[in-house]
Amino acid sequence: MPISFEMSETTRLAQDYYRAMATDHLRPISRKYDTQEHDLPTEWVDWYWNHGRKGGPEDVGPSDGFIQVCVQTEELCWGDAGLYLRTPFAGLGGAAVGAAGTKEQKKRFLSVFHGDGGPAWGAMAITEPSAGSDSAAIQTTATRDGDDWILNGTKIFCTAGEGASQQEGGFVVAWATVDPTAGRGGIKAFVVPAGTPGMTLVGLENKLGIRASDTATLQFDDCRVPTANLLGSAEVKKRDAKASSGDKGFKGAMATFDASRPIVAAMAVGVGRAALDYVLEELDRQGVRIRYDAPPAELTALERDVMEMEAELQAARLLTWRAASMMNRGRPNSLEASMAKAKAGLAVTRITQKAVELLGPPGWSKKLLVEKWMRDAKINDIYEGTQQINQLIVARRILDYPSSMLR
Amino acid sequence: MIDFEPSDEQLLIIETVRQFAEQEIRPVARECDEDGKLSNSVLAQAHELGLVANGLPEEFGGGGERSALTGALIAEELAWGDLSQALAILSPGLIALPVAEFGSDAQKQATLPRYAREQFVPGGLALQEPHFGSDPFRPTARASRDGESYVLEGEKALVPWIEGDDQVLVFADEDGTPQGFLVSREAEGLVATPEQNLGLRALPTVQLALSGVRVPASARLGEAAGCDLRRIVAQGRVAMAAAGIGVARATFEVARDYAKEREAFGVKIAQKQAIAFKLADMAIEIDGARLLTWEAAWRLDQGEDALREATLAIQQVRRVAMDASDGSVQVFGGHGYIREYLPEMHLRNARGLTVLEATALL
Ligand SMILES: Cc1cc2nc3c(=O)[nH]c(=O)nc-3n(C[C@H](O)[C@H](O)[C@H](O)COP(=O)(O)OP(=O)(O)OC[C@H]3O[C@@H](n4cnc5c(N)ncnc54)[C@H](O)[C@@H]3O)c2cc1C
Repeated sequence: MPISFEMSETTRLAQDYYRAMATDHLRPISRKYDTQEHDLPTEWVDWYWNHGRKGGPEDVGPSDGFIQVCVQTEELCWGDAGLYLRTPFAGLGGAAVGAAGTKEQKKRFLSVFHGDGGPAWGAMAITEPSAGSDSAAIQTTATRDGDDWILNGTKIFCTAGEGASQQEGGFVVAWATVDPTAGRGGIKAFVVPAGTPGMTLVGLENKLGIRASDTATLQFDDCRVPTANLLGSAEVKKRDAKASSGDKGFKGAMATFDASRPIVAAMAVGVGRAALDYVLEELDRQGVRIRYDAPPAELTALERDVMEMEAELQAARLLTWRAASMMNRGRPNSLEASMAKAKAGLAVTRITQKAVELLGPPGWSKKLLVEKWMRDAKINDIYEGTQQINQLIVARRILDYPSSMLR
Repeated sequence: MIDFEPSDEQLLIIETVRQFAEQEIRPVARECDEDGKLSNSVLAQAHELGLVANGLPEEFGGGGERSALTGALIAEELAWGDLSQALAILSPGLIALPVAEFGSDAQKQATLPRYAREQFVPGGLALQEPHFGSDPFRPTARASRDGESYVLEGEKALVPWIEGDDQVLVFADEDGTPQGFLVSREAEGLVATPEQNLGLRALPTVQLALSGVRVPASARLGEAAGCDLRRIVAQGRVAMAAAGIGVARATFEVARDYAKEREAFGVKIAQKQAIAFKLADMAIEIDGARLLTWEAAWRLDQGEDALREATLAIQQVRRVAMDASDGSVQVFGGHGYIREYLPEMHLRNARGLTVLEATALL
């Protein structure tokens, strides 16, 4: 098939469905849960669990596969990125199980999200007080005890960590080292079901933006999980040993980023579009037209700014879709996923900040949501690998350098 | 379905043109720039590949495969070889493609076959004007009807003027609407003055003065129907954007390779984040701008008015190509300033993208 920008009918229908969902169910409570920071947005959680996740358009032919997931994500985050992250779904933890888990593990941990029980959440806990970007430096330990592993350590900044650790059916995928002398080869991911003794919710963060999202500190004290909850093999690869194809430890965990970074990029695009849409609507109300056919010397500063915002947002979206479309084909996409994430995170950070600037007092005021979108947008430049970490990954790929040569 | 991967057929086109750019265009690029002239043998060989003729209707000897997207793929590869030569190679399209799309039957008959014959025939388009704020949609050049002819008055700039053609497509305002006119290069009242430019030095361009230039009424592009300048400009912007990506990619690659060779403070400079991140940004921006360009091209191929998309794409590419070539000079340090290395030429040529309007139509 040649290069094409034609969205499939199924994806278009899904886009309409999620846009309506965002308009009807997210936007109206957006400010409420930005203000009531740690409250559970029950109207959204219940509606989504009982109706939202079960609806959606029928397949009416070929879909755009993973691009469709990005499209849906963009629509929901256009509605509200914080509430999106608070939605009862498998989230990043689910992505990890999906990427590194066995068939049996996928069934055991993920079927709850299609079942008839109460709402559930999945989360992924990598970051620790002393290790963020350098995820290989984590200090949480996992010690073997017969058929079990015992986890000890502290995890911070765990998105959906409250729901995933407290609400039955949910789980936290926690990274821990089984051999601190082995570096990244010793790092494994363990699925810790909600309510497992020894896993405690210590607290929730107060944040700049995405306040509706529960960002948790989790403490693991002699927290015992069965071997059957280990994602990948228990075998420890020493630093320079070549990873075998069966190794789904650190590498497997890193592979979840190849799938999750396009999603995070799509989230970013959704927030950026919310702000840009508002600016365009306001200009329309003021009778201001953007002249795409005017010579550069005649463009106003405003026109230039708006055109740049539009181009940047679309470039970010297309890079995101490209990374996703490579997944449809089963192609390695870590370069493209990092490109999309780096671009989208920075682009929407700038777009939303510009939107506040262009709108002036109304943009700055809490009467509108634009200031909130500016706060929400910034997180996309930080989590799932900061701007710099994604630049680093891109740089290593294009230079063909191992991490030892560029760190 | 949305798809970003070229088909086998598109890949073959990319591969073929890339090879040509590597084997024929690149070896003479610096010489052409220094001497300020084109290589006739490169132009002839490029013509044999049928890069422009393939897009012309079959009934006039073309390949019947007009597509802005294919054109964009070709332009990127040619410009990756060298921007000056790429614009020259594609110049027949400046006349042939508007005529193929908007020309009357008689104009097609008279004009198109020459571009599909054995010999390379260049083309020239006079759209821009020498004054500040030149606006393709509001030319100050005027066309006034006088019986069975038009009289053209005004000035044009940056008109490609490659040896071997005898006509030029001039845009002028007729009662508030811009129209194109096929004008003989020998026409009375037409004076062409060669320009000396910062970049694209191998591409001859002229400033045109038209005073009382008389052409028959039948020389108006599309005759009674006229033409859609929005579409012509959108096509030009897409083509120019694609060419800009080619320059940006070329300069990125040169910088990347140099950074892996050059040492400072005991390591390759590419191992320094200040350099590595600059290269990463170039790669990201180039890919993003390329996708914008492809989308605009694809929309044109669907028959949409894609002026907005084309404009956003060219604006993005102008920035990306400038940043990349400036970044490339920076990666080379003092060596980047020296004409023995390519970045300084890339920088001069990339600047051209910010000045040229639709002078490369595909
Ligand atoms: C709201 C929120 C939600 C989050 N959700 C999760 C989650 O669900 N699960 C989870 O595990 N984590 C989560 N995180 C953590 C997030 O992924 C980390 O904060 C992020 O990876 C950065 O780590 P850090 O904060 O320790 O910063 P650091 O790693 O200390 O980085 C500080 C600065 O140094 C830069 N830097 C670091 N290393 C390099 C390098 N090699 N080269 C150049 N610059 C470098 C960084 O880019 C950054 O600018 C979340 C964070 C937030 C704020």
